[in-house]
Amino acid sequence: MTQAYYTLAVHPEKCNGCGECEIACAKVKADSTDVAHSRIKMLRNFTDNFFGPVVCMQCGEPTCVKSCPANALTKDPDTGVVQWHEERCVTCTICTLGCPYSGIYYNPVTSHVMKCDHCGGDPACVKVCKTGALEYMKNSDLYKEQSPLEDLFAPGLAGCMGCNTELMIRHVLRHVGPDTVLAAPPGCVPGQCVVGMNGECGCKVPSFHPLLTNTASMLAGIRRYYKRKGRDVTCLALAGDGGAADVGFQSLSGAAERGEEILFVVIDNEGYMNTGMQRSSTTPLGSWTSTTPVGPALQGKPREAKYMPLIMLMHSCEYVATASMAYPIDFHEKIEKAYQASKRGFAYVHVFSPCTTGWRFPGDMNIAVQRKAVETNYFPLWEYERSKDKLVFTYPVDEPKPLESYLSVIGKFRHLSKDQINQLREQAIKRMSVLQRIAELGLSSAGTKEQLLVAGEGEFKVADVDVSGVEWGGMPKSHSKSVKSGSN
Amino acid sequence: METKYLIIGSSHAGLSAADEIRINDPDGGLTMVSMEDCLPYSPTVLPYIVSGKVDADEIRLRDEQYFADEKISFLKGKKVVKIDAQASKVTLDDGAEIGYEKILIATGSEPTLPPIPGLKESKYHVLRTMEDAQGINKAAEQAKTAVILGTGLVGMHAAEGLAEKGLKVEVIRGRRPAVLPNYFDKTSMQMIHKVFLDHGIGCNLDNQVASIEPGEGEKAKVILKNGNAIDADMLVVGTGVRSRMDFFVNGAPQMEEGILVDDMMRTSVGNVWAAGDVAQAVDFFSEKKELNAILPDAFEQGKIAGMSMSGDLKAVEAVPGLGKQEGFFYNGGVSMNTFNFFGNRSFAVGLSLVEDGGEYVIHVASDADRCFYQKFVFKGNCLVGAIGINSSLDPGVIMNLIRRKVDMKDKVEDFINDPQNVSRRIMWETWRGVAKI
Repeated sequence: MTQAYYTLAVHPEKCNGCGECEIACAKVKADSTDVAHSRIKMLRNFTDNFFGPVVCMQCGEPTCVKSCPANALTKDPDTGVVQWHEERCVTCTICTLGCPYSGIYYNPVTSHVMKCDHCGGDPACVKVCKTGALEYMKNSDLYKEQSPLEDLFAPGLAGCMGCNTELMIRHVLRHVGPDTVLAAPPGCVPGQCVVGMNGECGCKVPSFHPLLTNTASMLAGIRRYYKRKGRDVTCLALAGDGGAADVGFQSLSGAAERGEEILFVVIDNEGYMNTGMQRSSTTPLGSWTSTTPVGPALQGKPREAKYMPLIMLMHSCEYVATASMAYPIDFHEKIEKAYQASKRGFAYVHVFSPCTTGWRFPGDMNIAVQRKAVETNYFPLWEYERSKDKLVFTYPVDEPKPLESYLSVIGKFRHLSKDQINQLREQAIKRMSVLQRIAELGLSSAGTKEQLLVAGEGEFKVADVDVSGVEWGGMPKSHSKSVKSGSN
Repeated sequence: METKYLIIGSSHAGLSAADEIRINDPDGGLTMVSMEDCLPYSPTVLPYIVSGKVDADEIRLRDEQYFADEKISFLKGKKVVKIDAQASKVTLDDGAEIGYEKILIATGSEPTLPPIPGLKESKYHVLRTMEDAQGINKAAEQAKTAVILGTGLVGMHAAEGLAEKGLKVEVIRGRRPAVLPNYFDKTSMQMIHKVFLDHGIGCNLDNQVASIEPGEGEKAKVILKNGNAIDADMLVVGTGVRSRMDFFVNGAPQMEEGILVDDMMRTSVGNVWAAGDVAQAVDFFSEKKELNAILPDAFEQGKIAGMSMSGDLKAVEAVPGLGKQEGFFYNGGVSMNTFNFFGNRSFAVGLSLVEDGGEYVIHVASDADRCFYQKFVFKGNCLVGAIGINSSLDPGVIMNLIRRKVDMKDKVEDFINDPQNVSRRIMWETWRGVAKI
């Protein structure tokens, strides 16, 4: 298994030549402001506006390591950092002859070679870079954690080219593991994945196809059954927006209200894609779909989408979150929380999953489209944990890009009028305002300067009311005698 | 015994090949034979053993755990006496025979002696093995004076090392009246020469040895051609090396100065590969096969040999031209060296010896007082050679510009004016695939 390591990423196009990185490095490494000691070097004096630091890239197959005749350079197997060992170095400088990228150089002040070592895992240069030209990427932790786990879907599934759903269901099921019963209501998930082909199932855990209407109730029954038998089985739904927000909403709402111990993941591709791109209640205003086409009578869907995550928030769920595969660390953190929460109550994760076929954009752009949705605050990433009773933006976007930058890349929005775009924008603003207010004030709004809209404590005294004479419309009087106050 | 892969030699080429074989074939029987009874080391480090900078134990390239982890059977202290290339069998000096499926000759080179009368009879030192280095150090404990034959890398490094120990050192050239003549041109060579002289090391380039009179123990009297004599408490010879390949019987592969190899390090014998100082592979510039006995070439050739031996290049071999194009195959030896002396740094890469004129354009910046020298040799818009003494250039960046035949187009002048920044930028943009140049 290949290793993955933290990376010091360099974006020279963002560099403004301030040189703070060099000073920070010299300070940390040599307690000096003389940038001769800096392991990261600015490039300067160009006629075009290019700066850009250069620094050791901790190569996967470091030539410097192989070049060293004294074994004074080694690649650390845990961190991936190419370490220089002063005690063995003979300053032959053959390492500098091997490095193509000026990652290791001779320091004339100390008379030694020197190179970046990531400051042991907390690079000083990254901390002082204001433009984001230097970034310390820790994505490898996710890879190390998830890659040893088994992908519980079979290979070779028949998703459309660039399908995000196939990607995310693999991630979800790998994460929650094999002690799972999977419910996949009709849609893309069973259609391309679980059903498999040639008589073999595409899924390696027990799975079934509920009707589009009753996913949550069926899972509820299964969960309760196993619990009664003394087994903790994860009951996972991978439902489309149709099976969650439309015809499946009834059973979903009921199960959430009852606090059934289910992990309900909704794959929102904003339509019934599997059956030919029909509109659903999560299809945005103006979208082209096969049932809301664009022509003289109609300019795409005339109604706004409903925002399921907030609706589910009001069900007293154990956990509610929105997620996107384009932010995999955030995604997995949420799946983990949802998984844990599903042992105690209802966990709902709403995943934004653009459809290359139904929305019409190139197959290699799915992640980019998701990023645009998040960066415009069209699909904000947040979570609510009942234990903390707080709604938190897990990926706050303080300077959102204009909504047009998201709408422009998607074919189903190609015909949008200025009015439709403004309407979409207003709806996004409304969503964000409500979410922000809940985030700021909390669901209970206690202890804030806002006036309490529900009165505080009052007196609770059970009244002694005789309802024997009450007429129960249409019912025989004799029956009414059996009604006592307090019984139901 | 029988083994699938047999590697003779345990320095850079051999170890690099072993690593590569194990990437592609984790289980195939792999045996490594070394004539020295110790853990692997690089001959390049030996001058620093002489100078006392590092100890023999500190600088081992691999430890016992490596051989255990990689399932390599390491036979140390065994010398190869003969290789029967037809029978695919090796005989060691203890009589053991090893049958192999594929063999890599990575035996490096051994020192040669100049044909000076009396030399063989003297108790001279060479510097090619750890034992040699330790022998020099032992002799230097008692010696007050030393004579070094040879002004190449070995001779000059030894001179510095012994001078630092307090000996009075006299260096006498070999065939050519020059210091490091293979790498440094006239001007840069003179600068280096001067530094040695300023540090009290005798190095009159007119002196040539006529004969040597062995004395008591390590002592010797070196008689020069002009009649003068120099008394030495110890003698060190560093006048050249030749490939160690005299063990083939029955169907030896083709050899010239070294064992001839193609660009996958294969010899003319189907299951015999060669890599490192022993191999004679294509030269980057002349496109003829030449020896290029430098460390970076050793591990690169070793790697390619390992890939070829373990079948990793089969897919690439099947498509004519692909290997060369994609860089899997050896793309030719380039001369490249660093030479650091008395606190000064220098490097020479590519066609560094070219003097002005013809198809080459030379750019030189030189300041003898500061011992600074910078030379670039251009062919068209491509850099083909460079020398730096105490320059702030990155040798590796310069070397890669040469190796990758980077066409600098209209940036040549910018490069000459600010080679450090411009060369770094070119290489960085090349890596990022957005070569702006």
